[in-house]
Order: sequence, then structure tokens, then C-alpha cells
Amino acid sequence: MLETLMLSRIQFAANISFHILFPTITIALSWFLFYFKLRFDQTGEPVWMRAYRFWVKIFALTFAIGVVTGITMSFQFGTNWPKFMETVGNIAGPLLGYEVLTAFFLEAGFLGIMLFGMNRVSARVHTLSTLIVAIGTSLSAFWILALNSWMQTPQGHEMRDGVAFPVDWLAIIFNPSFPYRLSHMLIASGLTAAFLVAGISAYRLLKGDDKKAPKLTLKIALTVAALLTPLQIFLGDIHGLNTLEHQPQKIAAMEGIWHTEKGAPLLLFALPDEEQKTNHFEVAIPKMASFILTHDLNGEIKGLNEFEGDHPPVAPVFFAFRIMVGLGMLMFIVSWLGCFKLWRKNQLPPWLLKVLVAMSFSGWLATLAGWYVTEIGRQPWLVTGILTIKDAATDIAPENVGITLIMYLILYVVVMVAYLHTLFTMAGRAVEIEEISEDEQVKTVVNMFNKTVKG
Amino acid sequence: MFEANTLAVVFVSLMGLSILLYAVLDGFDLGVGIMLPLDNKDNADTMIASIGPFWDANETWLVLAIGLLLIAFPAAHSYIFKELYLPTAVLLISLVLRGIAFDFRAKAAFSHKPTWDKVFKVGSLIAALSQGYMLGMYIMGFENTLAAYCFSLLSAFGVAAAYSYIAACWLIMKTEGELQIQAVAWAKKSGLICFVGVISVSLVNPLINPDVYAKWFSWPNTVMILPLPLTCFALFIFSHIKLKQLPKVNDKDCWHPFAAAVVIFALCFFGLTFSFLPYIVPNKLTIWETAAAPESLSFILWGTITVVPVIFCYTAFSYRVFWGKVRELRYH
Repeated sequence: MLETLMLSRIQFAANISFHILFPTITIALSWFLFYFKLRFDQTGEPVWMRAYRFWVKIFALTFAIGVVTGITMSFQFGTNWPKFMETVGNIAGPLLGYEVLTAFFLEAGFLGIMLFGMNRVSARVHTLSTLIVAIGTSLSAFWILALNSWMQTPQGHEMRDGVAFPVDWLAIIFNPSFPYRLSHMLIASGLTAAFLVAGISAYRLLKGDDKKAPKLTLKIALTVAALLTPLQIFLGDIHGLNTLEHQPQKIAAMEGIWHTEKGAPLLLFALPDEEQKTNHFEVAIPKMASFILTHDLNGEIKGLNEFEGDHPPVAPVFFAFRIMVGLGMLMFIVSWLGCFKLWRKNQLPPWLLKVLVAMSFSGWLATLAGWYVTEIGRQPWLVTGILTIKDAATDIAPENVGITLIMYLILYVVVMVAYLHTLFTMAGRAVEIEEISEDEQVKTVVNMFNKTVKG
Repeated sequence: MFEANTLAVVFVSLMGLSILLYAVLDGFDLGVGIMLPLDNKDNADTMIASIGPFWDANETWLVLAIGLLLIAFPAAHSYIFKELYLPTAVLLISLVLRGIAFDFRAKAAFSHKPTWDKVFKVGSLIAALSQGYMLGMYIMGFENTLAAYCFSLLSAFGVAAAYSYIAACWLIMKTEGELQIQAVAWAKKSGLICFVGVISVSLVNPLINPDVYAKWFSWPNTVMILPLPLTCFALFIFSHIKLKQLPKVNDKDCWHPFAAAVVIFALCFFGLTFSFLPYIVPNKLTIWETAAAPESLSFILWGTITVVPVIFCYTAFSYRVFWGKVRELRYH
């Protein structure tokens, strides 16, 4: 029988992992939609409206799942981790509060107009509503990452009788790891949405859709991906340097470095062995880890031996990191190859379309792997140096945590199957409909009278 | 910087406001789910369309209410929801199911639509029941007695009836024709159940809870508070008379029952808070004992003072945009 602590951890991990999938899409997809709508307003080209209409439905579905699975979180902080709120509630509370007040209401408030209000408000107000929803989703990322980063690298507070009290809110929000983590996550969201848009568009093209919209969205998504992947690799690198400064034990686990060494090799693959404190089957590039992390081939990197009893479990962090980086590299290659092909031939070969379909949800995997690196990498701490996971846990009977865990897991499987099925059903349906139908012609900001509507 | 005691009062009021707004707003959209007809596709579509643009924002009030409890009274949050651990999980799962069903019914393969309609209906019903059950357990001070469970079950059905009632009133306002007549019938039925529910909770609550009894039946409290149940009673009668006359020519007064229902919700809510304050966990923890640090509450209060009026403005704007009778709801 598992203990309450372990069950609570699994339950929280399950809830937050499932939840984060959907905001990861909507944070950036809302900006895609804003761009589509803006282009339509500027040009009056029906193809932009067609793209908007198709993707706004997927946005609505994804957003709804994000909202309802997120409600769970607001209960779990108190039920499963009571000591978390008791110890750092004075910091975490207001940050969560600002997320609800400034972000959740903003996005939910304007979502109705964005989804259903096109014929009830002017084109400008509708485009503005789309923009506000996009701002809302990004704001929620801002607040929740401020809190998460503070848990990683806390500052701006003082401890009185074991309870954290805020001293300087700006220092709390703009803590050392926050700018890196926020930009890393926002770009991750951009890549997730870009590969989803590319994958679904590729799926439509493979199914014989010869309308303009999927070709256009495919091109936009690949361009965005090609621009964001190098940026993400650069951001990941400086985020890593920041982690090396503030949480060196996390880096040691990510790189599988058991003993402090100069000129540490970059491990492409290995099997970390926690008991013998060594790696098996290493495939390594000599001195590369030192070079990447210290920009010096013989730079010294602290090993896990310096953090005896105070470092995260190595294997999950080590593997999750490699999955994230591997997927990032794959995204880089595929997006650049795709852009190159589009530039040369103005279309993609079927095999590359199939690769894109297969990679529709590669952003999810990479994002989750990245979060596992940073979250498991913070163990045994819940809030670095202030509160350990063990001390924060609840005293609810393990049976209750176990039963609810099973209920949540069943729910998540059902929702995921339905979501994926519906996504591809919608894509399939879009293949069959006409290029543009009469009743869909809506007002734009530019004068439509002397433009020919292509049909 | 505000004083600690002031802050506790301010935040318990804000939380109360969010709970009340949640009960009214998500009340009518959960109620619409409860009454969703499975054998009349057009009516089902119209009913869903009447809540389509709002339900996301409506549920955000729950997140705010629970968030405020978590932020301002963390010890109470963890006490209450540890006691209500299982019903909370049931509530959350049903909210997830009905939320996704709302979107899936319009977007999944057509053959799956009836299934999602059922999920929407059952999810809404279970969500309402579990909220009522949780309210009942809260009123009973989380006792593990047979009486407490019975009362909580009664409360579960009371809340489901109340949500159906306000939803029926909402539909009278938002629809026309045959569906509107149907909604009037629903409102009459659920209004009656709701009335019986309110009366029985009002009787049981002071009888089982000596502190509540002392509060309601002591001079001069009784006189001060007497208008509350009297107004509530009068509104039920007003609503009953109105429902007999509706629908009228030119749809005159179609908003009266809904307005009455909103005020009834507010009065019942004030009655409940009056019974328990300053306790936030009945008979165990007060708002003063559980309030978070003043420096934190001050920080969030400034934000609340600036942001909440803005939220009211754009929420009002959204309701204005979708004012009047429901039109066919389509993603553009």
C-alpha cells in the first residue's frame, strides 16, 4: 500500500500534468488567432476568416478543458499540501489571486464575444476581444510562472516562526529564475501550438483538402516553428546557466555528473545508477558539458557528491532532460526542412506531411519533459530551502487519496481520447466542406464592396 | 496598509460576494444542464445556446471564491476541504465532465452528440447535488452523524432544485414560444420544491445549532433580521403569481421571475452568513483566527479594488452583447 505522501504526489503530478497540456496550446494559439483575425481585417481575404473559424473551434474546446481541469488545482493546494499554504501562503496566495483576478476573468469574460459574438459586435471590437483573450492567457502564464519560479529560487521574503512573510513584492515576482522560466515556457507554448497547427493542417492536406486555408496555416506554423526553435535553444541554454548558479544540484542531476570534475563530458546517453553513484553505458562527447555550462573546455562542474542527501533523484531528471532536448532538436530540423521545401517547391512531400502529423503533439511531450526536469529537479524541496515535500503533505487517509486518484486518472483517459478523436473528426469534416459558403461572409474593417469574394 | 481585523472582514465579504455571484451565475447554467431535454434536440440546442457565451466566466467565480478562501483564510480552506475531500472530488469531476461535454456536443462526431448531452445533464446534476451536500455538511459542522448525512442529502436536493428554479426563470427571460411555456412550468414546479427546501433548512438550522438559534431568536436581533425571511417569503409569492400570468403579450415582465430568484438567492445567502459569522468553520474557527498576514492581504486588496470593478464592467458588457432572446449560437 502506498503512503499518503506518494499518492498525493502522484495525484498532484497527474492533475497538473494533464491540466498544463491545454493552456500550453491556448496561450500561443490565441495569438495565432489574433494574427488570423487581424490579417482578415486588413486584407478582407476570406482564407484568413476560414483559418480563424476552424482554429477558433479547436481553441474553444482546448480552452474549456483547460478551465475545468484548472479548477481542480485551486482545491488541491489546500487539501493535499496544507503545509504549503501555511508556510508560504502569504507569498503564494496573492500571486494566485492576481492570476485569477487579472487573467482568468479577462480571458473567460471576452471568450464569449470572441467565440459567439462576431455578428453582434463590430469587427474592431471582435478583433479586440480576440486580442484581450490572448493577453489574458499570457498574463496567467506570467503569474503562475512567477509563483513557480519563486518556489525554485525564493527571495524578497523573511521567515518569522517558520512562516514566510513578504518584504519586497517586486523581488518576489522578479526572482532570479523568473525571466528565464517565463520566456522558456512562452516559447514552449508557441512551439506546441505551431506544431499542432502544422500537424492538423498536414493531416487535412494528406486527406486531399485542396483549399487554401490548410496550406496557409501550414506555412505560417512552420515559419513560426523555424523562428522559435533556435530562440528556444538559446533561451534553454541561458536558463541552464541560471540554474547552474542557483540550483547546481539540478544541473548535476540533468547532466548525470556524480563527482565534481573539470572538463565534464556531455552525456548523450547513459543509465544513471543511484546506488553505485555512477553511470552505465555512457555515450559521451568529451568536455562538452563543461564547455556548454561554463564556456570553458576545462571548466569545473559540481557533482552530486557535493549535495549528499539534498539532491533530486537522478534518473528521471536525466532522462526527461534528454527527451526535451532531443525533441527540441527534432523540431528544429523538421521546421527548417519544411520551410526549405516550401521555399523551393511551395509544397511538402507526403512523407514530410506524415512526419508533421506524427509530431502534432510533440510540443506536449517536450513541455512535460521540461517541467519534469525542473520540478523533480527541485526535490527534495517543495520551496527551495524553506519547505520539503515531505513536510508539506496532508494527513488525509491514503484510501481517500487513492480513490480520488483513480477517479481522476479514469477521467483523464476519457477526456484525452475524446479530445484527440474530436480534433481529427473536426479536421476530417473541414476537408469536406466548401471553400467558403454564403452565410459565412462577415463584415471586415476594410471596405468589402469592391472586392470579389472568391467562392 | 490596512489593519488585520479590517482585512479579515473585507476579504470575507469579497469571498461572500464571489460565492453568491457563483451561485446565481453558475446556478442558472448548471440548472439549464439539469433540465436539458434529451428527446427534444431543438430545445436542447436553444437552452445550451442561452448559456454558451457565459459559462466559462461563470465558473471563474468559483475559482475566485475558493481562491479567496485559500489566500485569505488558508487554515479554513485546508480544514473545510479536508473534511469534504471526497465530495469535492466528485464535484470537480462532474464539473470537468459537464464542461467538456458542452464543447464536445457541438464538435464531436454527430453520432456522439446524444451521449455528450447525457454527460452534460448528469454532470450538471451531480455538480449541483455535491455542492448542496457540501453546504449541508458545512452547516452541520462536518459531524459524522446520521442526522448530518440526512440533512446534507436534503440540502443536496434543495440546491439542485434552487439551481433548476433560477435556470427556469433564466429561460423564461431568454427564450420564446413553446420552450418559454415549458420553462414557466418548470419554474412553477422547481420553485415549489425550492420554497419547501428553504423553509426546511431555515427551520432545521437553528434547531440543531444552538448558536444559530441564539442569534436569530434574541432581542433585538429578531426584529432587525425579520425583514429578511419576510421579504424572501413575499418574493416566492410574487414569483408564484407572476408565473401564473406568464407569458404575457409582447413578452412583458418576462424578466420578473429571474430578478425575484436572484434576490431570493441573495437573501438566503445573507441568512446563512448571518447565522455563522464570524465563524468561517462553524463553531470551530473564526475569520480572525484563520486570516493570512496583513502585508499579503493588503497587496492583493489593492489589486482587487482596481480589478474587480473592471471585471464587473466587462462582464456587464458581455451580457449586453448577448442581450435579449437567444439566437442560434454558432461559432462564426
